[in-house]
Parts: sequence; structure tokens; C-alpha cells
Amino acid sequence: MIVVVEYGAGNTASVANALSQLGVEYKISDNEMLVGKADKIIFPGVGEASSAIRQLHLNNLFTMLRVVKKPLLGICLGMQLLAEHSDEGDVACLGVVPTTISKFPEAKGFPVPHMGWNSVKVNNDSPLFEGIKQDEFFYFAHSYYMPINEFTIAKADYGIPITAAIRNRCHYGVQFHPEKSGEAGLRILKNFVDLCS
Amino acid sequence: MITKRIIPCLDIREGRVVKGTNFVNLRDAGSAVELAQRYYEEGADELVFLDITATEEKRKTLLELVKQVAAVLRIPFTVGGGISEIKDIEMLLKAGADKVSLNSSIVKNPELITQAAKRFGSQAVVAAIDTKRIGDQIKIFVKGGKEETDRIGLPWCKEVVERGAGEILLTSMDHDGTKSGFDIEFLSQVTENVSVPVIASGGAGSKEHFAEVFLQAKVDAALAAGIFHFQELNIGELKNYLQSQSISVRV
Repeated sequence: MIVVVEYGAGNTASVANALSQLGVEYKISDNEMLVGKADKIIFPGVGEASSAIRQLHLNNLFTMLRVVKKPLLGICLGMQLLAEHSDEGDVACLGVVPTTISKFPEAKGFPVPHMGWNSVKVNNDSPLFEGIKQDEFFYFAHSYYMPINEFTIAKADYGIPITAAIRNRCHYGVQFHPEKSGEAGLRILKNFVDLCS
Repeated sequence: MITKRIIPCLDIREGRVVKGTNFVNLRDAGSAVELAQRYYEEGADELVFLDITATEEKRKTLLELVKQVAAVLRIPFTVGGGISEIKDIEMLLKAGADKVSLNSSIVKNPELITQAAKRFGSQAVVAAIDTKRIGDQIKIFVKGGKEETDRIGLPWCKEVVERGAGEILLTSMDHDGTKSGFDIEFLSQVTENVSVPVIASGGAGSKEHFAEVFLQAKVDAALAAGIFHFQELNIGELKNYLQSQSISVRV
């Protein structure tokens, strides 16, 4: 069973709709036990990092998500929360990937939020990107970014290079919104459900 | 590479799409869900739904419609019209909208932007601004363009950004429905002076107008309604044309 983590900081409706379209069975839950028993976990997130982390603590999900040995897919803020630290609200995150989330620097021609469809370069033959062509477009909407690091498996460019996807063993993350990225996005979700371990 | 966005706008009244000229004379343009689906297939990058009667009739945006659209649409969409409280925003986002567009309510109560951005993130908050030239000033209008306010164009654009709006949807009432091209002059001023993405709206009549607004006003997205609804311009063809003009689009 796939569990979509609901913790008061995620737009679970869109992810749920996308999974339904794929014919994937799922549950939406904030229950520590249920999330822990899932075969795979989808961890969406929108909004502000420090309040999201606070919600995870309130729901007893923080430690569980850190140590869980099941395939997990963080989406957008969900991916950023896998970092060590976020400058957004100056908060300690899950620490799955040793990096810090920072605000985009001001740069002419690159308004913030980074909002819209950007092309993604995949630099790893991860099952998450199976069947996805190089430079495929995905939908991004974020003001903070993860720098390129040793766990980056795909990147995008927005004035500076940014991490578009990560993998550390069974923990995966995407900065873009696969549930809002048309057919290519659906393929990413399907790959996670079918192929990722 | 980031791409310029093409955003069809669906003006909604009682679940149907309507389109007028200079904010009046509404014509029926079909079922909202069907049109949304068609635009998705044609390659629209996002959609905007504006419940245009919401403000004047004091009724809430059609949540049911948002749910239906969210179930089939795999691109982002924004919902606006008559949103005046945090709990309205919460309901719409929960129903599956990605962003809300706030217009009359934020002129009356600018604090709503601040609260919404804090609660849901700037990326979910679009400040919709309707402008009209009065003498040598750009004035802000509310209530579907019916009511003039004391607010002036550029200072108001800067204020909404300072308060946390993640995007500005700028509609020129003088150009809206005229098919004479976007308000390049004011849009250029705004993109020069604010740090968030700007969506140009009002006046799209040809594919050249889109190229012009991207190249000259440096906007991030362009929105149009009638020209898409009545199939005068196909989104796929428009994007091919923009690409031929070296404008980066998703095709």
C-alpha cells in the first residue's frame, strides 16, 4: 500500500488525483503507525519549511521518516525537508541528504519564486527517470532551492544550477511537482510506484 | 531552461465559461471542465479560473467545479473570484487548486496577502490587478472593473510583492477584449520593478502579440481567454510560432 503523508503542510489532493488517474491504490494519512506500515511513502509538501517540520514533530512523523527503510518520495518542500537544514525559518530538517536549503539569490531575469516549466537534466540511470527523455519539462514552484550535491540525480538551471531530484538509497526526492507536470510527471509517479526500491 | 508560460483563462459563471469585451457583454463559450481538458491537450502550461460573478453576487467560488477540474487536469491551475478570507483559500487549495488569485479583497484588506502567504506559501498567492488609464495615471479598479480605487499602478504592484504575493496577474482593462495587443508599456515598468513573475493579461489578438509581450515587456507568462475559447488561435500553433521567434516554450 502507498501512503501519502498528510501533515497539514501538503497539498495531498493533487497527488491523490494523480495516483487515482494511474489506477494506484493509496491511503492518505498522518498516522505514524500507518505510515510506518506502508510499502511506499509519498511525502508531498507546500508552504514554509519550519512550520512543516513543526507539524511533522506534532504528528510523531519526524524520526520515523528519517529512519524508515521503505521507498519514500519527497515532493517539492517534501524533498527540501530531506536536507540537513533549511534557511527558511532556520530549521533542522530530516538530514537524509547532507546539504542546506537556501533562498534563490536575486538575479535579473530570474524572478522568485522559480515558477513554471523548466527542463531537467538527468545524470543518473535511476529507475525514477525510466523512460523520461533528457531535457524533459517539469513544473516547478519554489523560492528556496537545494544546491547540487553528491545525491543529486537530476538538475535544472535557474540562473544557478539547482537540484531537481535526489536519491539516497531508498529516499528519493523531486523539487518539481510530478502531479502537475502532465504525462511526464505521471510517468515519474508510476516509476516510483512500480520500480523504485 | 525556464520557459514562458501560455495561460488560457476561463471566466466562469454558474459553471459555464463566458467571455466579454471590456469586462461586459458576456458570451457563452462552453463547459469549463471540457475546455480545461481541451487546453491541457493543446499544451497549455497552466489554467486560470475566474468566477467573475462571485464578487458582485457575494457568493463563493464553485468548489465542486474545482474538484472536477483537479481530478482530470495534470497541470497547475489558479482559482479566483470573490475570495476574501483565509478559509476560502484553504477550501480551494484543499479541493485541488494550486493557487488562488486575490483581487478586490486585497485592495480592501492588504493584510490578507500577508496572512495567505504565511499560511500557504507565496507560490500559492497570485495578486490579480486590474488597471485602467485615467488621464496620465494608471489606476487600480476592483469588483470586476466596476469600481475605481485610490490605488495607483506601480506602487500597488510593489506593495503586493512586499506583502508576499508570489505572482502578479496584471490585466489592462483598456486592452481587455480589444485584441489590440497587451499593455507593453506598463507591463515593462512592472517587470523592471518587481522581483516576482508577472503574467500579462488583456489584449491578446494574434500570435505576434504574445511574442511582443515576451520579448519587449519581459513577462514570464501571458494569459488570454476569448482568442483561445473560440479557437481563433490554437495553443500548439502559438507555441510553435513563439519557438520560431527564439522564445523558449514547452513544446
